[in-house]
Amino acid sequence: MIDTYLIPLVKILFVLNATLIGVTYMVLLERKVIAWVQVRLGPMRVGPYGILQPIADAVKLILKEDITPTRADKWVFTAAPIIVMVPALITFAVIPFGPVVNLFGRQVPLYITDVNVGLLYIVSVASIGVYGIILGGWASNSKFPLLASLRASAQLISYEVAVTMTLVSMIMTAGTLSMVKIVESQYDQHLWFIFVQPVAFVLFFIGGLAETNRAPFDMAEAEQELTGGFHTEYSGMRFALFFLAEYANMIVVSSVATTLFLGGWLAPFPNVGWLSFLGYVPSWMWFLLKTFAFLYVFLWVRATLPRYRYDQLMRLGWKVLIPIAIANVVVTGIVKVLF
Amino acid sequence: MTTHTGQMFDTEELVINMGPQHPSTHGVLRVVLRLDGEKVVSSDVVIGYLHRGIEKLSENRNWTQIILLTDRMDYVAAATNNVGYCQTVEKLMQIEVPRRARYIRTAICELQRIASHCLWLGTHAMDIGAMTVFLYAFRERELILDLFEEYCGARLTYNSMRIGGLPLDIPVGWDRKVLEFCTIMSEKVDEYEELLTHNRIWLERTRGIGVITAEQAIAIGLSGPPLRGSGVPRDIRKDEPYAAYDEMKFDVPVGTSGDTYDRYLVRLEEFRQSIRIIRQAIQGLPEGPIVGKVPRLIKPPAGETYHAIESPKGEIGYFIVSDGKSTNPYRFRVRPPSFCNLQALPQLIKGHLVADVVALIGSIDVVLGEVDR
Amino acid sequence: MKPAPPSGPTDPAPPAGMAVPAFVSAIEAAIPGSVTQVSYYVGDWAVIVPADKLLEVARFLRDSRETAFDFCSDVTASDWPPRPQRFDVVYCLYSTKHHHRIRLKVRAADGEAVPSVSGIWPAANWLEREVYDLFGVNITGHPDRRRILMPEDWQGFPQRKDYPLEGPGELLMENPLDWLRLKQAREESEIE
Repeated sequence: MIDTYLIPLVKILFVLNATLIGVTYMVLLERKVIAWVQVRLGPMRVGPYGILQPIADAVKLILKEDITPTRADKWVFTAAPIIVMVPALITFAVIPFGPVVNLFGRQVPLYITDVNVGLLYIVSVASIGVYGIILGGWASNSKFPLLASLRASAQLISYEVAVTMTLVSMIMTAGTLSMVKIVESQYDQHLWFIFVQPVAFVLFFIGGLAETNRAPFDMAEAEQELTGGFHTEYSGMRFALFFLAEYANMIVVSSVATTLFLGGWLAPFPNVGWLSFLGYVPSWMWFLLKTFAFLYVFLWVRATLPRYRYDQLMRLGWKVLIPIAIANVVVTGIVKVLF
Repeated sequence: MTTHTGQMFDTEELVINMGPQHPSTHGVLRVVLRLDGEKVVSSDVVIGYLHRGIEKLSENRNWTQIILLTDRMDYVAAATNNVGYCQTVEKLMQIEVPRRARYIRTAICELQRIASHCLWLGTHAMDIGAMTVFLYAFRERELILDLFEEYCGARLTYNSMRIGGLPLDIPVGWDRKVLEFCTIMSEKVDEYEELLTHNRIWLERTRGIGVITAEQAIAIGLSGPPLRGSGVPRDIRKDEPYAAYDEMKFDVPVGTSGDTYDRYLVRLEEFRQSIRIIRQAIQGLPEGPIVGKVPRLIKPPAGETYHAIESPKGEIGYFIVSDGKSTNPYRFRVRPPSFCNLQALPQLIKGHLVADVVALIGSIDVVLGEVDR
Repeated sequence: MKPAPPSGPTDPAPPAGMAVPAFVSAIEAAIPGSVTQVSYYVGDWAVIVPADKLLEVARFLRDSRETAFDFCSDVTASDWPPRPQRFDVVYCLYSTKHHHRIRLKVRAADGEAVPSVSGIWPAANWLEREVYDLFGVNITGHPDRRRILMPEDWQGFPQRKDYPLEGPGELLMENPLDWLRLKQAREESEIE
């Protein structure tokens, strides 16, 4: 009873809340990091060093008047933010934060569930999210959001292909689709997969930036061109959902990257004897550290690079990333067969 | 809206109203775009939202009061406007400006050029999505504003010139601070270049965008950096020297291909040349009076003249008619460089994407206060 | 006591013995009867041209090798109400090859046609629109003659000297009570 219902329920509640808090603090972190890059201070007024800023933001957004434009398609307009937010959250179900640990005399795995097609699940659920963006832009019945949702759909489809292709080569390397098994196979092979598949890592990173609509691929928002893009007409909590979903997606991509390439919860070089002292740091700590490092790069890129243009982005996707990804799959296959 | 019938699906062009409230139109510019997908088929530029009738106002103010109105035109380069106006009136009245005043004017004009270009660089980079450059450029602009504040007490609308010279001499130690600023600035220009000049995305976004040939640029009346970006070495500071530019050593950077990237390079090089001029002007600052022989009542004899100087945006010209009887000009006309440069926008953006429209608005560097006057 | 309005610009002739530069004298030589008057003041050369010769002169100034006025700096106007031909339309030209400047002037009465030079210098397009917008000079043959700075439904031409300097806006700023009364009167008349 406890093992089947109570523990998973507690874990779900914990992960859900931790994610939401993590997402709100991600916003603060982004503002702070970019501010430091740009010789500013960032938020400083709410709490010491602006530490309570996310709460103030949330309160403000909830209290804002929720406006639905009269010409908008009401049901789709309402559903769009939910469609964006929900997939972003349920992907966390299969992300392994740590191995099975002994907690209060019980064997508790530090993940909600281990599906044997975990990676497939993430890919398919994550691609639902883009429907929200497309529908949101369409239902607003406004020209700038419409352009943005066109951009978003084109971008998402083309980058989905490249990212999935890199994942295929990862599956071939790991020999499994289960997220937990992928980490374990990195332990068995004595190497993080970033060293085995560096090309795939770079492709996944670029594709991840594009899939989460982050700079330099934030075409669908592009506030300087499309005045905010697909969420131009949204306000209040619905806007906040779009906003939070973007950050939740960033965390998802970082977690997946950590699991696939950076050895998930494993300490660096877990098989090297004299580095075994690193094992004293709890496994989930390693996972968070790696995810954080990845997220930091996301922010760093945003503060540094200009934005790509829509057609250049498509060219990069179809003419560069997808061919390389396919070639990578082929090379991985050949190497697998030969050795 | 035109509908192409006879195809399998009817297609319609999307008409989209960019501005007057839009983050990238640098004020209240409105561009009506007719789009095919994201490609601009045709466009119409609508201006006049900031029209305050400065030309009409000036005909009812006395000659000194107008200096203050010229501040309000190109409000990011107010000092240059002041200098242009004062020189035009000096030309009408045939007043000789003392050498020290001309040197200080030169230094101030060039400081103003750097400040204006900083604002341009920041907003242009921001339009293309590089928002860090914006804050870096504003950090340096702040230093210039501090210098101006120390000189004349204002940070934006300076009112810093008088007919016949300057209202006041430079404060003690100001020249040293300007030189210090030059040292800082020349390092910072390299920093901007590191962020942008060889950045792949920046290159892809700006190279080959909005190409205008030298002949076209001259015909459409471009002036200033956009004209030089097309390879025409026209700079009023060199061709028709005013203030103390005839005594300064500087180069006029020109581009080759006339695209957004070349206009960017030209302006970045102008930062360096401006620093060079400021150094020469401050180090060689002669002693002497700062105001020439100006009558108590400024009342130029009847006559008219056109006088142009090189503002950061291009050729700013004043056409002033005096009737010789009243204490205000009979006709006061400004040739606003932003207005004339903006005219090239429909030609530049045709066939480009929406994302390039904002890049091109930034690239020709308009200030709507000057376009609409 | 305000002085009487002047009836026209001075347009002084060049001082005796001053050599007229080639780019000025070439106009009359090439197109006879095209120069009404040549004037020189504080270093600026200006040529007054009849409106019907304007296009011919403009084309000559642009294309001739010794003039080469390829850059149209400015097109503007000034208004002299007492004069029958009240407008002076002024074209400020510049040569990027020889670095010299000249001003062409055309006199025009209210409603009298002034041909558009935007076919010769595309730069004149907006500038002529502005002259039309603010002065109401009848510029003919312009590809796109609309108001540019003022709203499209604006009445009158604000840069003319006889345009009233005060209107409802000024009334509001100086005397809000009068303005309110005016507004109330208007609303009441609408209700009836």
